Formats: sequence, C-alpha cells, structure tokens
Amino acid sequence: MTAPIIQIRNVTKRFGTMVAVDNVSLDIVPGEFFVMLGPSGCGKTTLLRMIAGFELPSEGQILIDGQDMSNVPPNKRPVNMVFQSYAVFPHMNVIRNVGYGLRIAGVSASEISERANEALALVKLDGLADRMPDQLSGGQRQRVALARSLVMRPKVLLLDEPLSALDAKLRAQMQFELADLQDRVGITFVTVTHDQDEALSMASRIGVINKGQIAQLATPSDLYEYPANRFVADFVGSVNIFEGRLTVDEPERAIVDCPEIGPVYLNHGVTGPHDAAVWVAIRPEKISLCKPGAVGTVDAPDGHNIGHGTIVGMSYLGDCTLFEVKLTSGRMIRVSRSNISRFDQDDFNWDDPVTLTWHGSSPVVLLA
Amino acid sequence: MKLFARKPLAPLDYTKRWSLRAWVAGVAFFLYAPLIVLFVFSFNDSKANIVWKGFTFKYYQKVFHNGPLVEALGNSLTIAALATVFSLVLGGLAAVMLWRFRFPFKAGLEGVMTLPIVVPEICLGVAMLVFFHAINWPNNLPWPFSLGAITIAHITFCFPFVTMVVRARLASFNREEEEAAKDLGATEWQAFRDVLLPHMAPGLVAGALLAFTLSLDDFVITFFTSGPDTVTFPVKVYSMVRFSVTPEVNAVSSLLILITIILTTIALKIQGSSTPAGAH
Repeated sequence: MTAPIIQIRNVTKRFGTMVAVDNVSLDIVPGEFFVMLGPSGCGKTTLLRMIAGFELPSEGQILIDGQDMSNVPPNKRPVNMVFQSYAVFPHMNVIRNVGYGLRIAGVSASEISERANEALALVKLDGLADRMPDQLSGGQRQRVALARSLVMRPKVLLLDEPLSALDAKLRAQMQFELADLQDRVGITFVTVTHDQDEALSMASRIGVINKGQIAQLATPSDLYEYPANRFVADFVGSVNIFEGRLTVDEPERAIVDCPEIGPVYLNHGVTGPHDAAVWVAIRPEKISLCKPGAVGTVDAPDGHNIGHGTIVGMSYLGDCTLFEVKLTSGRMIRVSRSNISRFDQDDFNWDDPVTLTWHGSSPVVLLA
Repeated sequence: MKLFARKPLAPLDYTKRWSLRAWVAGVAFFLYAPLIVLFVFSFNDSKANIVWKGFTFKYYQKVFHNGPLVEALGNSLTIAALATVFSLVLGGLAAVMLWRFRFPFKAGLEGVMTLPIVVPEICLGVAMLVFFHAINWPNNLPWPFSLGAITIAHITFCFPFVTMVVRARLASFNREEEEAAKDLGATEWQAFRDVLLPHMAPGLVAGALLAFTLSLDDFVITFFTSGPDTVTFPVKVYSMVRFSVTPEVNAVSSLLILITIILTTIALKIQGSSTPAGAH
C-alpha cells in the first residue's frame, strides 16, 4: 500500500464541553475518492475543516503528505476546498475567480491565463470566462469553485457537501462528473455528505461517522452488504432489523432465533457469541414477496426464512414498489419489489395476505 | 354602505387614487417649499429680502468676494474631508472588530461607541470645550493644524455613523468567501483586501457620505470648539444672520445645498457601479 496522503492521528475536537470529533484515526491514500458520510452534527464537517486548517484539533495531529500540519495555517496547506456555499467571489468575474490563487502565489500573467482557461475547460465552463457570478446558475457557480481549487493543483481536494444545493437531476449528473473528474486529474478527493446515494455513487471508500467517531470504513458495496453495526445498516440504505439469539453457529451455517420473525437461517458461520443477543438485518430488496402458501427458499431448512403477514402500506415509485407488511407477530417489515413487467404493480394490493421469503445469504448478523 | 362602495384596486394601483397623489404632493411641498423659496430668493435684487424686487446674480458674486466667508467654506471643506477620512478608517475597523471578534465587555463597548450619536450635541459641544481647555490645546497653531480641535470633535461624532452603516453591510457577508481566499493562499491581509473590503465598499461609501455631510453642516459642536481664527461655514452663516438675512445668505446656502447634492449623486453613482461591474 502506498504511503497515505492524509493521516489523522487520534484527533479530538471539542467546542466548549461538546465533543465534535472523538479520537478519530484515519488514513487516506493518494488517488482515493474518500467520502465522509454521516447525519448532520456528527462531526464530519469539523473533521474536513481541520484538514483544511480552519479548525485546530484539541488533541491529536493531522499529517498531510507526511508533514505535521499542527502549525501550518490554511493558506500554506497543500489542500484546497470547495465550500458548501461555493464562496465564489461576487465582485470578480469567472476567470479572475479561477486565477485568484495563482495571482496570490505570484504566478506570471501568461501562465495564470493559460492554467485558468485549462481549469475552466476541465469543468466545462469555457466560454463563460467573462461572466460575473450573479449571471451564473448554481451549478455553474459550483464549477467555478471547483476550477478555482483545481487550478492550484492541490494534493487533496476537499469538498463540503458539494451537491446539496443542486436540484435532483443536476445532482445525479454532477455525481458522475465529479467521479470522472477525479479520475482524470488524479487528485485525492475528500468529500463530506449526509446523502448516502451521493456517497455510494461517488466514493472509492466511505467513512461513516456517528457522534464524532468512525462507525465503519469500507468500500460502498461492503458498506451496504456487510454493515458493521446497526447504525451503519440503518443509516446506509433502508433495512429491517430484528433482535434474536444466535442458537447455531457453525462454519457453514448459522441460525438466529428471532421472536418477531421466526428462525433466520444463514448459509455461513458468523463466529459470534453463542446464545447471546444479536441483531439480524435484512434489506427490503432481498426479501421476496409471495402469494400466501408459498414455501421458503430451497437453500434454507423448512420453517426458516419465511414470514407471513398482510400488506398495510404500498408506495409505487415507478422502478419499484415499496410494501409495508404487518407480520403475524405485529412487527412491521419493509419489502421492495422491482417492477420488472409493466403489470407488476397489479399483483399485490392493500390488505392482501402475503408470504415473505429470503435466501440464506441475504441476512447480515450484527453484533453491535 | 354606499359610502364604502369604492372600485376595488390592485395594491400597486393605489397611486392612481387622486387622494393619495394629493397627499404625496402635499408632503413634497411641505418638505421642499422652504428650500425652493430659499433658492429663488437668492436671486432677489433687494437688501431686505422680504419682497421680490427683481432678478440678479450679484449676491453670488458678492459671496465669492466675501473673503471671510470663502475662508470659512475652505475651513469647513478641509475639516469635513479630514474628518471623513479618519472616520472611515476608525469606523470601518471598529465595525470589523465588532462583527468579527468576541471579547469581554463587547456589548458595553458597542454601547459606548454609539454614545456620540445619542448624547445631545450641546452636551458633546460643552464637553469638547472643557476637554480642549483642560489639556491646554494650543490655539495659535498655523493653518491647517489650527483646525485640529474641530476635526477631532467631528471625528468623535462621525465615526459611529460609519461603524453602524458598515456593520449593517457586514452582516450579509459570507464568511466562507474569506475562508476560500485563505484556502487559495491569501494571508489575513490579502483576504481582507481582496474579499472583505470589496464587500464593505458600498457601506464605506455610504458612511463616508454621512460623515462628510454631518461634518460639513455641524454647528453646535463646532461653535464650542472653534477659535476666532477657525470659523467654519455654518458658524459664519450664523453670524451673518445675526446682522440681517440678506440674499447673500440665501446664495451661500444654495451653494451648500448644491455641493451636497453633487456629492450625494457622485456617491450613489460609485455605489451603484462598484457592486456588479467593479471587477474589470
């Protein structure tokens, strides 16, 4: 593994008595698209601002490219930031905004013009160089902010909630563009977001942050398919979580007895504490909605991985339909069903009795 | 109910009602009639200046040949210019301090800073008189140093106005812009010069205008701080009026109004053009 570009070592940040970041250690390697994901107020923005130098850690240290940043002010750090409000200078036109950092650095006028135009082309803003910020749309202003940072050729680009102010269509487009841009310039991106879709679609690695601590560090697919704890399972995507007891735990199979949904069979061992309280998480799309009387899936023993209930809620989303099913135990469970055919939405209706089944590979056992 | 059976009007159409138009005209007349009379009678060819006797420019000529009056005007303009510059620097920095930092007794300091605005002018004038006397301020200095006492007194009551206006402007500043500048390599000073100052500019222009006009026409405080050789324009006009209200006084006043209008227009022009297009 290459040497990390950013090393966060036991960093704690307190504001008065409030602990915003709690003993976080984290390495970010060059070329990564790292996303810090968490609910608002979890400390992710504070962490980003500490990397940029706008906040100083109460304890611990941050190293960028191997150098301790404790006494390095923001204007001397080899990182640049795209702010949530974009912070485009309103009294400068686009090209002067983009060239600002280079002018401060004392780069020659011809090189400024060349590099600024290059940066504008990179974010597809060529032709708008003479516009004033108030003549630009929100998306264009963000591109100006991006170009203004990229033109400095930083070792790391920090982005604070880069897509939160854009409308849905533009957001989806920008997600791909940012990922593509990162690919082309090869700069390490560190992004902060509260939006899991954004994180999953752009990141090469995600750090889920909860109450100032890292809840899990993983690739997007690992985060979704192998959440480390209930917080991550619940925060990333939608999930049904049942409390139960681990009764069987062998290398090839495990069974968790959940009072609310019956025995849950897994086709792999979980090496958990025997007969202790654990939680089973099943994603809505990994549960099959069947007509009553259906048998369980073939890969699970009889009577395992099967539930019965009635549909109490439905929401049709076009590509799929979300069902709220009330189990016989009284517990609600959420199931999603892809609308593969155009008539699929007619299969089930309110108050229909249904049977739910899932594969032995679908549930995840959580110990915390 | 006939009484209220009016034709309904859209909110923006209220100006079509003659009663409202008459009201507006009445207010305008009440406000500006004295000024217009003053202006018209500055051309009156009469010494007593009570009845219209005929048109003449001679009182304007007289004004420019009235040595003491021109000198007083020069004093006033010098004091106003100096007071404006100092008030801008002091007031602008005070505004930045109050907006930017948190420190003990901040609320108290804010209160103290607005004191020169709320304290009756007459008290401030007496206080200045006592103060300059107590510290033995020399009153035999050569011009323009002889204007020092008045200028200091003017700065005292002008800079809080600048502070108030600039602070209001600062409230709309996005702190992330300043952070962005620093993030791109700017030092504290460069960020201030390149980002904060341009944002403050309209407030500074408005503050400068306020300070200049306040200083230019201040009478009460100046009256207490001016010596025999440092008569300002308003004080001089007052002494002229004590003898008789000649058209010369009207002419002088008209000129003063003209100066103020020209300065205001220039300031508004600068303010209007600096915000969107000043970057080129």
